[in-house]
Amino acid sequence: MKKKLVSALLSVAMISALLVGCGSSASTETTETTAEETESATEEAAAAESEATETAEAAPAGEGKVYYLNFKPEQDTQWQDLAALYTEQTGVPVTVVTAASGEYENTLMSEMEKSEAPTLFQVNGPVGLQNWKDYCYDLKDSDLYSHLTSDDFALIDDETGAVQGVAYVIETYGIIYNKAILDDYCTKPYAVVADVSEINNFDTLKAVADSIQENKEDLGVEGAFTSAGMDSSSDWRFKTHLANLPIYYEYEAEGETSSPAIKGEFLDNYKAIWDLYITDSTTDPTLLASKTADDATSEFANGQAVFYQNGTWAYNDISSLGDENLGMLPIYIGAEGEENQGLCTGSENYWCVNNQASEEDIQATLDFLSWVITSDEGRQSMSQDMGFVTPFDTFTDEYETTNPLVKIANQYVADGTKSVAWCFTTMPSENWKNGVGSALTAYAARTGDWDGVVTAFVDGWATEYQLANE
Amino acid sequence: MQKAIKKYWPVFLLPTLVAFAIGFIWPFLWGLFLSLCKFTTISKIEFVGFANYTKIWADATFTHAFLFTALFTVVSTVTINVLGFAVALLLTRGVKGTNIFRTIFFMPNLIGGIVLGYIWQILLNGLLTKWGLPLLALDEKYGFWGLLILMSWQQIGYMMIIYIAGLQNVSPDLIEAAQIDGATSRQVLFKIKVPMVMPSITICTFLTLTNSFKLFDQNLSLTGGEPAKQSQMLALNIYDTFYGRSGAQWKGIGQAKAVVFCLLVVVIAMIQLRLTRSKEVQA
Repeated sequence: MKKKLVSALLSVAMISALLVGCGSSASTETTETTAEETESATEEAAAAESEATETAEAAPAGEGKVYYLNFKPEQDTQWQDLAALYTEQTGVPVTVVTAASGEYENTLMSEMEKSEAPTLFQVNGPVGLQNWKDYCYDLKDSDLYSHLTSDDFALIDDETGAVQGVAYVIETYGIIYNKAILDDYCTKPYAVVADVSEINNFDTLKAVADSIQENKEDLGVEGAFTSAGMDSSSDWRFKTHLANLPIYYEYEAEGETSSPAIKGEFLDNYKAIWDLYITDSTTDPTLLASKTADDATSEFANGQAVFYQNGTWAYNDISSLGDENLGMLPIYIGAEGEENQGLCTGSENYWCVNNQASEEDIQATLDFLSWVITSDEGRQSMSQDMGFVTPFDTFTDEYETTNPLVKIANQYVADGTKSVAWCFTTMPSENWKNGVGSALTAYAARTGDWDGVVTAFVDGWATEYQLANE
Repeated sequence: MQKAIKKYWPVFLLPTLVAFAIGFIWPFLWGLFLSLCKFTTISKIEFVGFANYTKIWADATFTHAFLFTALFTVVSTVTINVLGFAVALLLTRGVKGTNIFRTIFFMPNLIGGIVLGYIWQILLNGLLTKWGLPLLALDEKYGFWGLLILMSWQQIGYMMIIYIAGLQNVSPDLIEAAQIDGATSRQVLFKIKVPMVMPSITICTFLTLTNSFKLFDQNLSLTGGEPAKQSQMLALNIYDTFYGRSGAQWKGIGQAKAVVFCLLVVVIAMIQLRLTRSKEVQA
């Protein structure tokens, strides 16, 4: 009897378990169906919506849509707002997606695989264009190109003359300095200059930096220059931007605009300025390998250093010092005639239109771009909200940016100094830059010598050029 | 039951098979094909035949990465397995707190490779700075030992668990019999325990060997291949070729490197399996 009771109980338990199982699976099924239903409902709604927008588009701007893969995370909100405004005015849908910092190439590569690929993307210059030249629509007849002030700001194919990319922002870099500290320094007995304007060549710059470094306690700073960090967040300031100067002077001397094999005629000057950066610094040179861009920025923003090599784009990070305390000096490397040298000005942001997109989408993209650079809203947003200096003739005086670093840069041009072009866009590859960067880091930490830098610079250039262009 | 399986096997097998085909076989075949092409996106490819394979050695980094990887694999396989086995022996003796120690030793495995890499970078750089030595990113040697310390720290616990399971399966009768016959503890270890846990050794060496050979996350975050690609391992070298270089031709070359890499891993793993399997005994 007892046995029977146990088995009965057990079977009850089993059956109930089964039933519970059924019950739960039944309930999941129902939720699934509801989910499916809602999904199909949303799909229908979306379809209806897109139909609606399509009809709306048909009237003013033709069919088509714009998908912009934006490079600059700093300006994401502004682009989103601008896109929404354009859609509101014309009915053309504009999607703006911003790639995470440092991930643009990877993001672009995967986005281009999609059926809804970006219609508008960007490359960073002639070398970056190598990856995407087969995807660039010829912008020769576009409104955008017609408003461009100079062909220097376009990527033009040598053979076909096709305009593959158009720059949309011009940037400037140099040695940003803390005017308050430097003015204070000029009043001291040990000062070697009486005014900042006297610094117009490498020797004076070095003398000033050396004496600041010597008297850093008295001035309340930790060093003349911010740490020349060689972490990947910061090393481009030296392996790319600083390396631009010896390349620029060599191009000038040789009358070239690019070269399959650099000679390294100005590498001694490169060594001199790099020595200055790492010696008169807040940081022991052996520690530079792990210093980041944030380290340098905060040192400068906190007044711990006087000089900081960076560009107009850095304004937001250092604006806490106050606009009146910011100044900019050209990067003097001791080349002949550098008294008249200006800041380094150029662009590495080029718009390209995807030629794989449909006719309508290409047209919609071109219309959008021309609206951005001609309409009041577009010009307002680009010049004021994004703080860009643009190479388009539509940006007249009332659309001048408020960025004080840009104003300083303009002043240099107005004073008749000769701007240094951005020759680094002709560097043979990312790999070359990395090689130079590693050698610079090793030299700073004394695990390598300067010959290593020369080898990476000169031999590396020839090898990389050949690898990239075979 | 047997009958049911015979009748319904597709129900059990097909979902996995489909998933495997979609997630593995299809991409693998695509990968093989792409290694014969020049492309930037896979919607626009140009067939170039075996040209990519001839260019694998074009930039001389592949050979160095291979040697670095091979050396690292040998050293790390030995250290991880020897230390893992030693810890397992210690923790099967019935000492108090064994479970706590097992848990603690296993824990590093729960943290992802990238995070570990950055944590150890800070730790090791701190030490190197204190001793006035060049940082990790400046010297290939420190990069190598840094990677070894990191990988050992992460993997020893995992291998330990497998060895513990193996050691617990060694029959106490055998050990007792050996002791009665007058075997020393050293003889018990090498003549009884090691042969008996040979299946675990096969698994563990296979895991460490392939893990070290395929190492990517830790390499990327700890040294990033610095200085000048001297501490770059094969997987990172492939990634660097594919993403780090501009120009359509490099994608195909990276892909070709990946195929060669895959073959290498398969061949080495096969040899290792054959070697250790032959040492396995039946009790």
